[in-house]
Amino acid sequence: MSDYNFAYLDEQTKRMIRRAILKGLAIPGYQVPFASREMPMPYGWGTGGVQVTAACLTPDDTLKVIDQGADDTTNAVSIRRFFEKTAAVGVTQATSVATVIQTRHRIPEEPLNEDQILVYQVPIPEPLRFLEPRETETRKMHALEEYGLMHVKLFEDISQHGQIATAYAYPVKVEGRYVMDPSPIPRFDNPKMEMSAIQLFGAGREQRIYAIPPYTQVVSLDFDDYPFEASKADGACALCGADHTYLDEVIVDDDGGRMFVCSDTDYCESRRQAGHIGEQGTPYGKDAA
Amino acid sequence: MELTALSGGFENTAHQSATAFRAIMNVMARPGVIETVTGAVPPKGLSTAAGSLLLTLCDPETGVHLAGELDSEPVRDWLTFHTGAPIVAAPQADFALGAWDDLLPLTQYAIGTDQYPDRSATLIVELPALTQSGVTLTGPGIRDSAQLSLPALEPFRLNAALFPLGCDFFFTAGDKIAALPRTTKPEPTPCM
Ligand SMILES: [Zn+2]
Repeated sequence: MSDYNFAYLDEQTKRMIRRAILKGLAIPGYQVPFASREMPMPYGWGTGGVQVTAACLTPDDTLKVIDQGADDTTNAVSIRRFFEKTAAVGVTQATSVATVIQTRHRIPEEPLNEDQILVYQVPIPEPLRFLEPRETETRKMHALEEYGLMHVKLFEDISQHGQIATAYAYPVKVEGRYVMDPSPIPRFDNPKMEMSAIQLFGAGREQRIYAIPPYTQVVSLDFDDYPFEASKADGACALCGADHTYLDEVIVDDDGGRMFVCSDTDYCESRRQAGHIGEQGTPYGKDAA
Repeated sequence: MELTALSGGFENTAHQSATAFRAIMNVMARPGVIETVTGAVPPKGLSTAAGSLLLTLCDPETGVHLAGELDSEPVRDWLTFHTGAPIVAAPQADFALGAWDDLLPLTQYAIGTDQYPDRSATLIVELPALTQSGVTLTGPGIRDSAQLSLPALEPFRLNAALFPLGCDFFFTAGDKIAALPRTTKPEPTPCM
């Protein structure tokens, strides 16, 4: 026997988290309080997401973990290893093969299917927090659907910048009721939130779980005169040529040379495997790097 | 306490509850979908699905209300032994278990508060059978529409009208389970 419970958490904690997940699914976008546990990793590493994943995993799952779209960052690798060790689940980097995907700051480019679960790591679950620091007040605002301040903030963006400048954690309204923080994903990803998979959100430090069932209406807040746009950097991925993906700007040499590449590394690699080549790409398998 | 109360729990709690929860979560996320949930061998009168659900979600933190014939000594003993959940009256229930008629009226259960709509009861309705026919369902979790053999229509419509407050429902029959969250809008299925 291993030294750990299956997926690390004790059964009573998992039950408590599972009950919170069910309430979250029944009340889409509403932040369900839960008693977050200490995890063997710092809060900044997504302990909320880790606890939600731990409560969801079955021994038959195949887990993918991404951090800003990449599977190979320290954070993603650590979480993947953690569950390999504590839950003995299979792991993968391929979006299409994964049954549970834990993510920090991105939604995979490849559309998810009905058999998949997307778990978000959330640093600040309360979309109204920067407008109102008091939890007692934000809770009342949600109860009364008092979301005027949020629109004021977005409108201030427009008067200052000529457009809505909020690029990440762009607030959404779920099923016409709760305004929700989608976690710091780029707003490019917002339209993907109306998907076939189950979406679960875990905030460890703030002790909140929320959820979006499949096929649920998720609308990015906007104005008639300034409709929401899922913006991204202009241009195409230098490696695979994709012009429809979210791009990261990376520095490629000591002289400050830059290029844009897909932030979703698995998606980029799949495209290159399929023969797509970007301006600075090489045929797949013939990388000098 | 009868000796039978001591048996029929999960043999491997961590794995069986994880597998059961996946099915439970999936039906709550996708109203109208029917899944199989097993693992528990509950006393007579209680279905495998309902027993497995209770073992997966209940513990000393959750008050369980037993309605009608399911408020029996064997069920009480089994539930208490395996989950430690306190047996409570309907208004205090986190979970309420029973046949449909025995669970009524729905007005006696917690529906949450404006600030905490999650502080509401989840009802586990034991049915003789569960099929994807009958009432037409739309809402979150449903691509176009779904059908489910609900035991009634009007009480669920009234419950949905309370959103974001309201109760949530599981339906169990044998080892089958389906769910109806408060977001689902039930309508009569038009005649073909
Ligand atoms: Zn690319």
